[in-house]
Amino acid sequence: MKDEEVNILLNDLLEQYGYDFTDYSFASVKRRLQRVFINDRFPSFAEFRYKVKNDESYLTYLMEQITVNVTEMFRDPAFFQVLRNQVLPILATYPFIRIWHAGCSTGEEVYSMAILLKEMNLLHKSVIYATDINESVLEKARKGIFPLAYMQQYSQNYLQSGGQHDFSRYYAANYEYAKFSETLSEKIIFAAHNLVTDRSFNEFQLIICRNVLIYFNKELQDKVLHLFSESLEQLGFMALGAKETLRFTTVAPLFKPLAQKEKIWRKIAT
Amino acid sequence: MTVSLPRTLVIGGSAGSLDVLLQLLPVLDPACQLAIIIVLHRKSDNDTLLSDLLATRSILPVKEAEEKDLLTPGMVYVAPADYHLLIEPDGTLTLDYSEKVHYSRPSIDVTFMSAAEVIGERLACLLLSGANTDGAEGLQMAQGMGAVTAVQDPAEAEVAFMPKHAMTVMTVDRVLKQVEMAEWVMSL
Repeated sequence: MKDEEVNILLNDLLEQYGYDFTDYSFASVKRRLQRVFINDRFPSFAEFRYKVKNDESYLTYLMEQITVNVTEMFRDPAFFQVLRNQVLPILATYPFIRIWHAGCSTGEEVYSMAILLKEMNLLHKSVIYATDINESVLEKARKGIFPLAYMQQYSQNYLQSGGQHDFSRYYAANYEYAKFSETLSEKIIFAAHNLVTDRSFNEFQLIICRNVLIYFNKELQDKVLHLFSESLEQLGFMALGAKETLRFTTVAPLFKPLAQKEKIWRKIAT
Repeated sequence: MTVSLPRTLVIGGSAGSLDVLLQLLPVLDPACQLAIIIVLHRKSDNDTLLSDLLATRSILPVKEAEEKDLLTPGMVYVAPADYHLLIEPDGTLTLDYSEKVHYSRPSIDVTFMSAAEVIGERLACLLLSGANTDGAEGLQMAQGMGAVTAVQDPAEAEVAFMPKHAMTVMTVDRVLKQVEMAEWVMSL
């Protein structure tokens, strides 16, 4: 696909469906569109474009393909260890805990968070708002069903993050799948939210958004970070991905790092 | 659009290629005006260890690639563990946590291809030792877009499979022995 064709398609997605990818990393979006174009064996760009414009169910699939939905439970165990040891003990002092997990994809990190809260006996007074741009990944997240084959890796991550229990207590294994306990998901609200176009919807003490901002250009990164800042209580926490930073962003003065290496900041000004 | 981007060399390697880099980087000319990107397969932990190690030996400044870094002549960028590295049309770098390619993240193919798209004939790609098929497809595509391509001579590679595989799917421009590499780099 040529750059112009990518732009035509992005324009279609914006004009016809209201999905704005124009401030996303061009290299990443182009690579992913190209992948779909080749995998689905379209004979020409015109046919690809026709399909996108005329088939709503294909659009749902394409949306899931353009955005990256790779995630795992307790990914970067050291990060979850900092949550467990430094962040949650502070949140524990609040009567009610509100957490926003933005760009939650299929929910693996949200369930990880729920497990942490449960183990610290905080889940009953918490609500986790888990949002993503894609309704189809949210549908998967709501079910809380993940391939059983991944559980060994997840269990290892969990133990490395400071987990003390047998990880299998949290799910029921059924053939090839592990279904996570509904006692974990009953405090999670999964909902569609587009970071590019939608506004703040509550005030939180912790916002987690990992490996989402890397796909945005500087302007959009700034805009989303301001959205997070506005959605955080004073002294609230913001957690980003391992390679994401506040360096050179306009919100940098509003935050102070809690754990530099683990990319957690605390809001100190408005 | 591509004219403003610096001449760039992408080096991809897997098993057995660290040593090649540790020998190559100290003998490059400090006046080198290439932007050099290194994509090396490795375990996903041990975060910045690789760039730190390479930095101790390199004549040119080495840094782990960060998102939005602008490709600059005379700099060596190392793709971080567990992220793909892409190059934007404006010469900035993007990190990408999408699916592994050839069981690898970072994948050499991903960076070869992405660099070829925006840098075209001002690009050179070098594929080193390894036991994986990663790199061959990207090398082929880069050549198709005018880039110079080279592989480490399989005869002296610690693991010959990766450069050999590239040579079976395409005709690479150069097959390089370790002692020839620095001169080749400086000729780009």
